[in-house]
Amino acid sequence: MTADHPASIEATGLVREFKKGPRAVDGIDLHVAPGEIFGFLGPNGAGKSTTVHMLTTLLPPTAGTALVAGYDVVRQGPDVRRAIGAALQEAALDPFLTGREHMRLQTALHGLPPDVRIARTTELLERVGLEDAADRKVGSYSGGMKRRLDLALALVHSPRILFLDEPTTGLDIQSRTALWDEVSRLAREDGVTVFLTTQYLEEADVLADRVGIIDHGRIVAEGTPAALKGEIGRPTVEIVPCAATDREAVADVLGRFGERAGASPKGVAVRLAGGEGQLADVVRALDAEHIPLEHVQLHAPSLDDVFLAKTGRTLEGAGDDEEAVGQVTGETETVAA
Amino acid sequence: MSRASFTSVARAVAWRSIHSYLTNPAFLIPSMIFPLFFFMAFAGGLSSISQVPNFDFPTGYTAFQFVFVLLQSAAFGGVFTGFGIAVDFENGFSRRLLLAAPNRGGIVVGYAIAALVRALVTWVMLVVVALISGMNIDGNGIDLFGLFGLALIVNVAATLWAAGVAMRIRSIQGGPLMQIPVFLVLFLSPVYVPLKLLTGWIHGVASVNPATALLEAGRGFIAGDPAVVVVAFAAALGLVALFALWARGGLRRAEASP
Amino acid sequence: MSSALGTQVGHLARRSVVRTFRQPAQVVPALIFPLFLLAVNSSGLSRATKLPGFPTSSYLTFALAVPFMQGALFSVMNAGTDLARDIETGFLNRLALTPLRGGALLAGLLAGTVVVALVQSAVYLLVGLAAGANLASGVGGALAIVALSLLITLGFGAIGLFAALRTGSGEAVQGLFPLFFVTLFLSSGSLPRNLIHTDWFREVATYNPVSYLIEGIRSLLVDGWNAQALELGFGIAAAIAVIAMLAASSALKTRMVRT
Repeated sequence: MTADHPASIEATGLVREFKKGPRAVDGIDLHVAPGEIFGFLGPNGAGKSTTVHMLTTLLPPTAGTALVAGYDVVRQGPDVRRAIGAALQEAALDPFLTGREHMRLQTALHGLPPDVRIARTTELLERVGLEDAADRKVGSYSGGMKRRLDLALALVHSPRILFLDEPTTGLDIQSRTALWDEVSRLAREDGVTVFLTTQYLEEADVLADRVGIIDHGRIVAEGTPAALKGEIGRPTVEIVPCAATDREAVADVLGRFGERAGASPKGVAVRLAGGEGQLADVVRALDAEHIPLEHVQLHAPSLDDVFLAKTGRTLEGAGDDEEAVGQVTGETETVAA
Repeated sequence: MSRASFTSVARAVAWRSIHSYLTNPAFLIPSMIFPLFFFMAFAGGLSSISQVPNFDFPTGYTAFQFVFVLLQSAAFGGVFTGFGIAVDFENGFSRRLLLAAPNRGGIVVGYAIAALVRALVTWVMLVVVALISGMNIDGNGIDLFGLFGLALIVNVAATLWAAGVAMRIRSIQGGPLMQIPVFLVLFLSPVYVPLKLLTGWIHGVASVNPATALLEAGRGFIAGDPAVVVVAFAAALGLVALFALWARGGLRRAEASP
Repeated sequence: MSSALGTQVGHLARRSVVRTFRQPAQVVPALIFPLFLLAVNSSGLSRATKLPGFPTSSYLTFALAVPFMQGALFSVMNAGTDLARDIETGFLNRLALTPLRGGALLAGLLAGTVVVALVQSAVYLLVGLAAGANLASGVGGALAIVALSLLITLGFGAIGLFAALRTGSGEAVQGLFPLFFVTLFLSSGSLPRNLIHTDWFREVATYNPVSYLIEGIRSLLVDGWNAQALELGFGIAAAIAVIAMLAASSALKTRMVRT
């Protein structure tokens, strides 16, 4: 890696218009530092994949500029492609070939010398845990195995920047977590810059150093997950007393800690003016009033709250993938009372 | 099960099937164009075959091939209906039908009605093109009634065959299985010349192929010289009876499937 | 061809062959269907050899040219639907992200198709000869038949690739099949042109390039070495191949718009 060609992504005023329909990408600016995991978050149709296609040279931008690994995506396409690896949406694999045959084709097309091809194939298949399934046709692979092979294929030429377009869509929790671990390892241990699109808040939150939220082709928020969440508000605590008659008393106590917020029918909630650290004080104050509690819940602001604040909609409502439903609940800690 | 529910189910299924046939070019064009095309290719391209020694069909080669193409379109009309049933199973429509229809026999009859309508549309086109291209008809009205009656029975038999396959496999993957046997039976018959001019293995196969009797009877009708009529109708009705059982078994299998 | 380009073509051709032979639905009909029609037509139309002026006493020999064309038609479908599937699944994008050259992609796919066609041609020829067809031009003629049928496959396969690249849809490529089938029927496939008595049909067959492809192969079976028929056959096949490959290359540039 040289100073002239850092493993970074810089985009300015990137636009993509299609003949029919509105601007898919409407003037976005991006800065992704070398070694960073950047989460590009948005609902279906927000412009995530179009952005990735432009940054990976598969789609010329209508306007704007982008430098990937220091190369211009329009004028230096081949240089960009040498520096990047990509696993695009819908693991694009040939069901009639085996995992090893995919690797052999990919290593050959990338021009690896014949002896290196075999070693690299073995190494990567092992790394993604597919050595046992390597000689099975991909048609028999599970969704998670396909994604892992997809990742291995993206890594054959040791790229400095990795683009992952919705890498875990449709995967079960176990496969998702395994992929997250591998992506983290690539960034932390190998210094690979990762540009990851997702419609899962949890994924962006867990994996990304920084997050960009895209909606209708525009970036509506950008920053670290903590900063974004901090920007839009404080955590909420919700208390459900054992007896419904205690609700008023609970409300009085909670009133000392912040303004009222929406809660379940049996509960009372407030936004903690002093942040999460006040949770212990709240419990102590309620205990001092001898109010028996059924349930105490701390709800930290989630990226969905950020999305809501920036777009007026929840990500759940904006997207159409039912998988997303389970991911939008934010971070919730439940304390048995 | 009331008569009204039977007819209303049959009518609803037929309407839907005909509607999708008429509004979907992917269904309409092959079933309309292929018979016309075969007619042009056989009657036009091979007309000199009628000049081979001992070829004895005074009505002309165009009429000779018209009968083959008529029966072929009757059979393939039924096969295309089978494709429609398979697609209905793939997209879940048939599952809804099986759940909702008070009389499931009406479903099969509905598809058969659609197949007949489809065949009639094709035949009108075929007759118009044949007449324009100068086809002779030596048979009288009764003969022609016999010819088209035979074709109708063939259409019903093929529909029942294809429906039986479609309801067993319940996927368009079953398409070749519906199509290939029909194709084999049709082409292992005296397609280009009369049976007596065939030699070798094809003569042996064609002699026992029921399609041969259908073709010979049909050609007899159009020539005004009916032949093997009883054998042909018996063969056609026998196929209907056989494939009705086959289709009923398919319906049972579809009903029993998860 | 540079070694890198050679490697790319070789690997893509290998993939094309492997995936074709792993799909019996692509291989079996292309072998069985033409041979079935050959069996039926050569028996059903054997009387046609009694027509005055018919060039041979064996209709099987006369008709043996047709399976090579039908096999080429299947190659349109197979090459086209395979590429269309690659477009639909995004596999083409994966390839586009490698240093793969566009020419290598087309060459690789076509090379794979040609290898499959080689097997098909050998089977048609061997089955035909075993069933009693003549080969007037001898062993050299057999090689010439295979060469011409591979050239035809190359051209037709490129048409399949062009259709896939333009439409990006396997269904659209499948829709071409009837169209090609029509061109095969409206040719001199069943009778020599001078024995087609229906004027419009003879006219269509005369202008139909497929007639000359069939006649080129047929001349080697029936006549021996007929320079004119071979020039026309090879010339037209080469012209179709060149035009189709240029069209496919241009369509690839539009489809694979990588910068």
